[in-house]
Amino acid sequence: MSELENKLNRRNFLRITALTGGGLILGFNSLSASSPEQEQSFDLNAFIKIDAKGKVTIMSPNPEIGQGVKTSLPILIAEELDVDWKNVQIQQAGLDTVKYKRQIAGGSGSVRASWDSFRQVGATARQMLISAAAATWAVPAAECTTENGMVLHSGKKISYGELVEKASKLEVPKDVKVKPKETFKLIGQRIKNVDNHAIVTGQYKYGIDTKREGMLYATIIRPPAFGMTLTSFDDTEAKKAPGVKQVLRFENKIAVLGRTTWEVMQGAKKVKAQWKEEGPLESTADYIKNLHALLATSPVDKPRRKDGDITAAFSGAAKVVEVNFDAPFLAHNTMEPMNFFAHVKADSAELYGPIQTPERARSRVAEILNIPQDKVSVMMTRMGGGFGRRLMTDFVEEAAMVSKLAGNLPVNVIWSREHDMGGGYYRPMYSYKYRAAVDKDNKLIAWHHYSAGVGGSASPDSFPAGAVPNLQVDTHVYKSPVTTAPWRGPTHNFIAFSEQSFMDQIAHDMGKDPVTLRLELLELAKSSPVGKVNYEPDRFAAVIKKAAEIGGWGKSKGANIFLGFAAHFSFESYVAQVAEVEKLADGKVKLKKVYCVVDCGTVVNQSGAETQVEGSIIDGIGHAMFAEITLTKGKPDQTNFSTYRMIRLNEIPEIEIHFSKSNVAPTGLGEPALPPAGAALANAVYAATGVRLTSQPFIKSDLFA
Amino acid sequence: MATFNLTVNGKKHQVDVSPQMPLLWVLRDVIGLTGTKFGCGIAQCGACTVHIGDAAVRSCVYPVSSVGTEKIVTIEGLSENGDHPVQKAWEEIDVPQCGYCQSGQIMAAAALLKSTPNPTDEDINNAMTNICRCATYTRIKKAIKQVNAL
Repeated sequence: MSELENKLNRRNFLRITALTGGGLILGFNSLSASSPEQEQSFDLNAFIKIDAKGKVTIMSPNPEIGQGVKTSLPILIAEELDVDWKNVQIQQAGLDTVKYKRQIAGGSGSVRASWDSFRQVGATARQMLISAAAATWAVPAAECTTENGMVLHSGKKISYGELVEKASKLEVPKDVKVKPKETFKLIGQRIKNVDNHAIVTGQYKYGIDTKREGMLYATIIRPPAFGMTLTSFDDTEAKKAPGVKQVLRFENKIAVLGRTTWEVMQGAKKVKAQWKEEGPLESTADYIKNLHALLATSPVDKPRRKDGDITAAFSGAAKVVEVNFDAPFLAHNTMEPMNFFAHVKADSAELYGPIQTPERARSRVAEILNIPQDKVSVMMTRMGGGFGRRLMTDFVEEAAMVSKLAGNLPVNVIWSREHDMGGGYYRPMYSYKYRAAVDKDNKLIAWHHYSAGVGGSASPDSFPAGAVPNLQVDTHVYKSPVTTAPWRGPTHNFIAFSEQSFMDQIAHDMGKDPVTLRLELLELAKSSPVGKVNYEPDRFAAVIKKAAEIGGWGKSKGANIFLGFAAHFSFESYVAQVAEVEKLADGKVKLKKVYCVVDCGTVVNQSGAETQVEGSIIDGIGHAMFAEITLTKGKPDQTNFSTYRMIRLNEIPEIEIHFSKSNVAPTGLGEPALPPAGAALANAVYAATGVRLTSQPFIKSDLFA
Repeated sequence: MATFNLTVNGKKHQVDVSPQMPLLWVLRDVIGLTGTKFGCGIAQCGACTVHIGDAAVRSCVYPVSSVGTEKIVTIEGLSENGDHPVQKAWEEIDVPQCGYCQSGQIMAAAALLKSTPNPTDEDINNAMTNICRCATYTRIKKAIKQVNAL
């Protein structure tokens, strides 16, 4: 948590602002209460607007990338405010660090961070409306109730709209109680994505759809390979191309600006650029060789986690299990390619578009342009996917640079798919070496995870940490010119595959059922925990048992049906999955179904939750099966969907999802169901064929129908 | 550059563009209908799907000069009030996550259902080859199957 967030947490309390023309704005005040007069002049932290006619508008401050927060966050407020969801309008708020906290889409954290505070906003507003009604009727507030935007008392009722003016003059009550879970009307229901109608009619404007008066479209020519820099270029032909208005160089890139996106993309092809080799131009084979070489050496850095003494445990082991795993680079491949609108003026800048980290974008652009942050405005559009790519701000910075260098013109910089896939940021490549020691009593006594990767790579406290007496996690970071970034379920996305595959192998080598082994280890983590245990063993065991039950684990489903099991804890949520594969007559395997049990605490929106889990499972399966970026001398071999294979509708398994009933606060859900999916499938493949899949994409194995 | 007379969603448009310019960019950047999306530029992802006559076409590789006198329908013109059975099913089943690919998915599904009103799983598998990065495929399938039931 940033220092700023800490400060806000310490000081935040609710406040109210009277709207001109009648109405109420309620939100968190991040300033001190010392100057109430001054406060009235600020439009602080607005979350709720109720106008005199009773129209309710709820602001959604977090960026929407398809994870559903533009629906789920307002649900939290509407639940407590007690308004009819049908009459609520939702508006996306722009970046405003004074009004809002944590305007980030990442870490499956939006609902987690807002669960208490957003409900408090709704409950406080409701309490003030009740107080206003009680004063109007001269009855005790405690005797009033609310329903669908009305305050009620012994047969009388009055709408919120009629009460807002009076309510706005009241002092903000402190510590208003939120509803007990049994009385929720909205939370836990099936609520549809609030932008559905605009999306299905083509009316919703994504960032890429931005067009303004006098605006030029722009595209950028980037180095063709990681490790190359621009030396010179000839734009004579490009400048003559139809629709092209400007060609300009900045940093290591060339921007082509013009009338339409297609014309600038065509114009860019006519620029003759000369590049030189700056660093080593490495190929995928070099990376694999170098990462494996690192794993053959002793760890140099301090272990990321060290419990007991693995060296002693391995030397006294009755059996040692070892499996190595390799992960390829992956592209994020948001369906909406990177783009951003920027209009830089003499001493200010307007930024508009798809960004998961608007605050970081603002500070980076302010720094580049050398203007104060409060002169930079950022408005977030609904994003055509994020998956971590839009946590980076490179494409926002580029748009600002191009606008400035083009003579302060408004520009929409749009990346081609080839640039988006070929010249962006990747999920790091990793190589992992896992070793486990089993003693003469068939007990798992040691676990060593040694990782080498282009970029950070370990989740050191991941299960079975806490359940094994001797456990060590070591990492090597390999320096490379390839730019890497978080990718949906960062680190977990490959840790879960490797760790859960390895667990399956250990169980097999021990002659134990893989579900039984996991449950025994969780029992140990509970009864005799070793070091830090960052998960709750009982909740973890519960999802494992339930998944085994719904997936028919241990029951015969026919001679050609095989099951694989995986479970992983991430973003505070517990997920267990059973993959069901069919072995065909020719020995090839086909994935039929995935059973999934999720404990994500309280489910806020049942429809949104299910679609996140379905999507995560298919995403996890799709990438494990098909996807990789390989490099030849620093140049990506895959730059479009013709060579980078994405899972399609005809390849998806049937999915059955069960959410654990829970009374605790919601935990992450945009990511946690993705990491275990590849392992569940790989373990089912092992059951069916005896072949242990240790690298992705699986399709290279020739095991699949 | 050349002049083309196009009928898009029942309205006539005259555009002065390169004959090679793909219909996608004529729609988006020249006419201003941005519901049709750019995804890959090589007819792989289907985000740019529109109807030319009755056929679902990937407009990112379809030169404007090939349209001729055929009528073009985009997501904005699929129905007058946004209530085409496929649009209604998409809302009812709550298909969109990020939503970016969905106009292309809907146009592909609408063309499928026009030619094959009761599609089998195999028909759906064969016709619905558009990429959805959020992987809303489970609901896309469900929505197509429910179009006739709604």
